[in-house]
Parts: sequence; structure tokens; C-alpha cells
Amino acid sequence: MTTTVSAPEEAPAGSEPPPRRKRRRRPTLPYLLLLPAIVLELAVHIVPMFTGVWMSLKELTQFHIRDWSGAPFVGLDNYRVTLDYNSATGKELLHSFWVTIAYTVLVVALCYALGLAAAVVLQRPFRGRAILRTLFLTPYALPVYTAVITWSFLLQRDTGALNHVLVDQLHLVDDRPFWLIGGNSFWSLVLTMIWKQWPFAFLCLMAGLQGIPQDLYEAAYMDGAGFWRRLRAVTLPMLRPVNQVLLLVLFLWTFNDFNTPYVLFGKAAPDQADLVSIHIYESSFVTWNFGLGSAMSVALLLFLSVVSAIYLFLTRKARSDA
Amino acid sequence: MRETTAERVSRYVILTLLTLFVLVPLYVMATTAIKPLQDVRDSFTWLPARPSFEAFVDMWETVPLGRYLVNSLIVSTCAALLSVAIAILAAYATSRWRFRGRGVFLASALSTQMFPGILFLLPLFLLYVNIGRATGIELYASRTGLVITYLTFSLPFSIWMLVGYFDAIPRELDEAAAVDGAGPMRILFRVLIPTAVPGILAVTVYAFMTAWGEVLFASVMTDETTRTVAVGLSGYSTQYDVYWNQIMAASLVVSVPVVAAFLFLQKYFVAGLTAGAVK
Repeated sequence: MTTTVSAPEEAPAGSEPPPRRKRRRRPTLPYLLLLPAIVLELAVHIVPMFTGVWMSLKELTQFHIRDWSGAPFVGLDNYRVTLDYNSATGKELLHSFWVTIAYTVLVVALCYALGLAAAVVLQRPFRGRAILRTLFLTPYALPVYTAVITWSFLLQRDTGALNHVLVDQLHLVDDRPFWLIGGNSFWSLVLTMIWKQWPFAFLCLMAGLQGIPQDLYEAAYMDGAGFWRRLRAVTLPMLRPVNQVLLLVLFLWTFNDFNTPYVLFGKAAPDQADLVSIHIYESSFVTWNFGLGSAMSVALLLFLSVVSAIYLFLTRKARSDA
Repeated sequence: MRETTAERVSRYVILTLLTLFVLVPLYVMATTAIKPLQDVRDSFTWLPARPSFEAFVDMWETVPLGRYLVNSLIVSTCAALLSVAIAILAAYATSRWRFRGRGVFLASALSTQMFPGILFLLPLFLLYVNIGRATGIELYASRTGLVITYLTFSLPFSIWMLVGYFDAIPRELDEAAAVDGAGPMRILFRVLIPTAVPGILAVTVYAFMTAWGEVLFASVMTDETTRTVAVGLSGYSTQYDVYWNQIMAASLVVSVPVVAAFLFLQKYFVAGLTAGAVK
């Protein structure tokens, strides 16, 4: 009913601002609209995060799990154990930290390279382009565990496709290598993660390339710029905003990756492929030392926050310089 | 702009290699699913010598796949619908109002992507257990708990993409509706939502996929009756035998619907990502 009253009120005024002013009179509405999202984020992310920090200050072992709020307060003891590289716990965590760094650097670099290569070669139209684009996106659309289970079948020692090719068909090696235990397991993990994650880089870079005006390429071509020159002078600078977000997201997802090693190796990851997330999971749920596990998680979050902040600071600077 | 021969050759090489890389595992998944159990126990073969649908029949018996599927379906559908509904409201506020705290909200929503899942898995596990003990509301090992958890996983990215879609809708449409006397909620339901339908569908599929594929929380927060497919598939490898053909058959059944939906809506994902990245 109010609608019929307010409409004629505004119409004769005939000026531009009315609808805007009408909104400004209701500053509570946007907050109300945000409320469900904020409440849920608080409940599932923020509150547990602070609970995690609090838990990391307690001796929360299996003896106190029934009455976890009554567990003794031990200050920074859990952190001392976590970060003491002379203790077995600290040494193992440091090892798995380095494994994770190597894993992350390899996976992010290769996912980006594959994604960029595919996006660039699919930039100009040709027959079959749509089919290839769809095919390349398929691994990303697969549920993570089905993708990883398929790879674990390919990598089986006796019944897998990889050893069939290497040993039975190409005769490159005589003994069937193990791919899911020992040193090779690291490379299996990297390969599997790249397979399912590179399409995300491809998707983002493809979206980014669509925003580059064709004129820029034409102009560069007229000036005699070859393929590499155009890539360096046009494509990469124009992709900078996409790259900034994409590389950060890939870094965080890869570093925190749990699903790939968990499905590929089960609960006991080989030493050479012991990623931090799996390591913390085992330290917490297998030994039931939640205090120590929380301290490790908090340390990990601090590390990721610092790296992300530095990264955003540096790339913002690079962006404004450009 | 002409393509040089070198460019054309390298294009073919790159595309061939990438196609093989992507296709081989998919091919193995599909062909293993139609091999009898006998044939997956022996050394690998590229072609199924005796194609059969045995695995597609047996997989329902080996593990309670039907129950896992129903659980996954309920949890993922509820999580996706709720997540998108909440994201639409939040994206509407963020896209159409310049209010105090807007930037902080967007930044903190995205920064939750940074959290290692393991960090809040432990506290959330204990919180759910304790809420259950104190109030009788079962969150641990229940579908409700999983729905609440999963919907927050997809929320930040859904909001981000929807803000992009809403920003692309000209404000003149809102203003025209406002002149006609529509209030803010009416504008949302009559103008923005109908215009952004493809984007909303894409975000719904994304939210569904997030819940459908999650392993870590499902492995801790479910029991035998609420187990989802993500965890249930491990039931095909027992101490004595691994039913690879059934694993692959079940994987296909679990994957095909989500993959089809995603690929069908792929261009709207690209549009959403572009809109988000340009800002």
C-alpha cells in the first residue's frame, strides 16, 4: 500500500536523487542482509579458529578429552615442542614443512604453466576448440576423491597402467617400481595434484585472456612483435590482476591440501610425501594430542598469513608501479 | 595477424600432449569400470578383453553405496541451496550499498580461504560434540552438522562471484523498479535474481561440488549411518581384495552428474571469474 503513496510523491519531485536518498535512509538493511553470512562464518570459521588458539595453550591429550575445558593450561609449551628442532616432534614437523614447500612450488608453477599454455593456444578460434576446452576442464569438475582414486589405480605396482607402459611395453625398467611408497610417492603426489588442479589455472587465465582487447595484439603484430614478444609485452601485463589472485589461491590451496595425500596414501603417508596437513591430522587424531595439533595448525596459519601479506604487499607495489 | 608455422606446430604439440595427459586417466577410469573383477587383478590391459557391466551391479552390494549416495545427495543439496540463498543476500548488500565495513567483510570472507581446514577441524569437532552433549542438538555425526560446515566452505567464493554478476546488472534497472514503487527486497527478487539466473545456477553447482567432493570433514564428522560417498568409496578396498572395477564404476556414477552440470555451465563460471577479477 505504501508503494502507491510513495511513488507519486517521488515522481513529481522529478529530481535524480530520490531513489538514492530513499536507500540512505535505511542503513540497517545491508547489515541485515549480511547477517546470515556473518553469523555462519563466525560460527564455523572464526570462533573455531580462536578456540583452536586457546586449545593450543592447553595440555589436551586423551586424558583430558572428556573434560576438555578443564585441561591444564600449559602456556606456550606446545609451541615450544612444535618449534624445537632438536626434539623428534619438531624435527618431523620441519621435515614435513620442507616437503610441503617443495610440493607447493612444483605444483603451483606447473599448474600455472600448463594453464597458461592451454589458454594461449586456445585463444584463437579453430575447429574443435570448444571440445578441447571442455575436456581440459573435466579433471577440475571431477570430485577430488574420484580423481585421486583413479590415479592411485594408475600408479599400482602390479596392476597399474604406468608400470605396464614403463616395464611391459617400453621395457625402460626391469623391476617394477613402487609409486605409492618410498621416494617415488612424492612425484606421484605432485603429478596427481597437477592433474586435478591445473584446469583451475586454465579456467582463470582463459577468463583473463577474454578481457584483453584484440587491438593490442594487432598493434604489437604490426610493430613486428613475434609470439614471445607479444606474450611478454601484451598477455602477461594484461593478466597481472588475474595472476595476483590466481597464484595466491593456488598457493594456499596446494599448501593446505589434505584430500590428495589422504586419498592417495590412506592414513599413513610415506615419509617422503608427508605434507603438513596430513602430519597435523595424524598428530591430532592418531595420538589424540589435540593441544599439540592445534599449536601446529596455529603456527601454520601464522606462516600462511605472513606469506600472503608479504605477497599482497609486493604485488600491490608492482601493480601501482606498472 | 597470421600464425607462423612454428606457432602452428607448437600449438598441435601442446594440445596433443595436454589431451593425452587429461584423457588417459579418464579413459582408464571408464574402461576399468567395464572389466570383470578377474581382469583387474592381473596385469593392466588397455582394452577390456571381456566387457561386462558386472561392476555396476556388484558395487551396490559390496558397500552400502545407495545409502552413501542418499547421504551425499541430501547434504550437498541442502548445503548448496542454503549457501546460495545466503550468498545472494550478502552479494546484494555488497553490490548495491556502500556501507561502513563493506571492504572488511569482503576481505575477511575471502581470507577464510586461507585457513588450513585442519585448524578448525579439531575445534569444530569438539564444539559439535559439546553442543550435542549440552543441548541435545546432534551436530557431530549428523547430516545437519555437515550441511552447516559445508555451506560455509562455498560461501565466500559464492559471494565473490555473485557480487560480480550483480555489479554487471545496470543500476538503471533497479532505479526504474524503484520509481515504480518497488522496495529493496522486491528489486532483489523481481530484477536482480531473474537477470542473474545463469550466474546463480553456476554458483549453485559450485557450492554443490564443494560439498560433494569434501573428504577431510566427512571422514571425522560422520558415522556409519551418515557416511557420505567421499568417505564410503574407501570401503571397496578391504584387507583381502581391492575391487578396482567397482571403485571405478562407483566413481563414474558419482562423477558424471556433477561433471555434466559443471561443463554445461562452464561459460558462466568464466563470466563470474572475469567479473570478479576485473575489480
